[in-house]
Amino acid sequence: MASLKELKGRINSVKSTQKITKAKQMVAAAKLRKAQAAAEAARPYATRLSAVMASLAGKVSGDSAPKLLAGNGSDKRHLLVVVNTDKGLCGGLNSNIVKEARNQARALEAQGKDVSFYLVGKKGRAPLSRDFPGKTGEGFDTGNVRTPGFTEAEAIAAELVALFDAGMFDVAHLIAPVFKSALAQDPVTQQLIPVPAPATSAAADAVVEYEPDEEAILAELLPRYVKTQVFGALLEREASEQGASMTAMDNATRNAGDLINKLTIQYNRSRQAAITTELIEIIAGAEAL
Amino acid sequence: MALHFELVTPAKLVRSEDVYMVVVPGTEGEFGVLEGHAPFMSTIRDGAVQVFRTAGAAPETIQVRGGFAEVGENGLTVLAEHVEA
Repeated sequence: MASLKELKGRINSVKSTQKITKAKQMVAAAKLRKAQAAAEAARPYATRLSAVMASLAGKVSGDSAPKLLAGNGSDKRHLLVVVNTDKGLCGGLNSNIVKEARNQARALEAQGKDVSFYLVGKKGRAPLSRDFPGKTGEGFDTGNVRTPGFTEAEAIAAELVALFDAGMFDVAHLIAPVFKSALAQDPVTQQLIPVPAPATSAAADAVVEYEPDEEAILAELLPRYVKTQVFGALLEREASEQGASMTAMDNATRNAGDLINKLTIQYNRSRQAAITTELIEIIAGAEAL
Repeated sequence: MALHFELVTPAKLVRSEDVYMVVVPGTEGEFGVLEGHAPFMSTIRDGAVQVFRTAGAAPETIQVRGGFAEVGENGLTVLAEHVEA
């Protein structure tokens, strides 16, 4: 059995671990509220934009449709844009995202497609480059800003569109966590480029005048749509990270508490045992006199 | 007798209010929107959106960058990427 001093040391070290996890949990809870509010605030823009997209995409079709909507005619090379977090301590979130990315990549490879990755955030790089060596070239580091915002989304989207225009890939998918609650954040894959044609509103409403014409507006709208999607993914990621972190740290704090209780019981037992032995020794000594 | 005006950026809903008239810097020229304007859609160039709360009042200007305007049944919606009030 461990000595009293050892036990005391272990109890103290678990206590300080618990303090750290508790602090991290509270920080995550506070940040979660903010991240959720930000995700909420971004929703009106996204809904309006996709409404406009839907009404426009129905009118522009055939050969005149821009490449971002119609694609470049082939679907051989797929790019997976994987959005991971930059920091750890958030439970299984990153490994779930990586798992989803890996499944998608395997499925596409099974269909005979070429797969490459574009990684956002630090935490996906190591596992994905281990599984798919040489395919995780491009990436975007969001680690040097505190909260990734629209500027970062803009930079990512611009790079993706530039890569697409340069013919580096045919289809891009966005893999990012979707925040459901502090307990559930599921990674979701959606097609990013070419922009999936939204379900057109059936009612051909009043004649709308366009200035400049539909095609020009659509051509300007599509990159913006990609940007908004990426921005949404970043916000969801932020909320998911804080949510997952909060849950994981709550568990850790509770486990530490259990461990402390167990160790304290052990400590008290061995202290009692030591006292009993001492007493027996004294009594035995007294009797011997 | 009022025009419902909404100004939205990716970060938040900046304005949502009833005003008298809004002058929007369209790519092909500025245009003013009053209540009952025909359905219309235009990209906008970087510049100032002027909001007139009442007829003849001094306009409030809002600098916008990158976006477009849509006039529909439920008023004017300006989607902009950046806004400087």
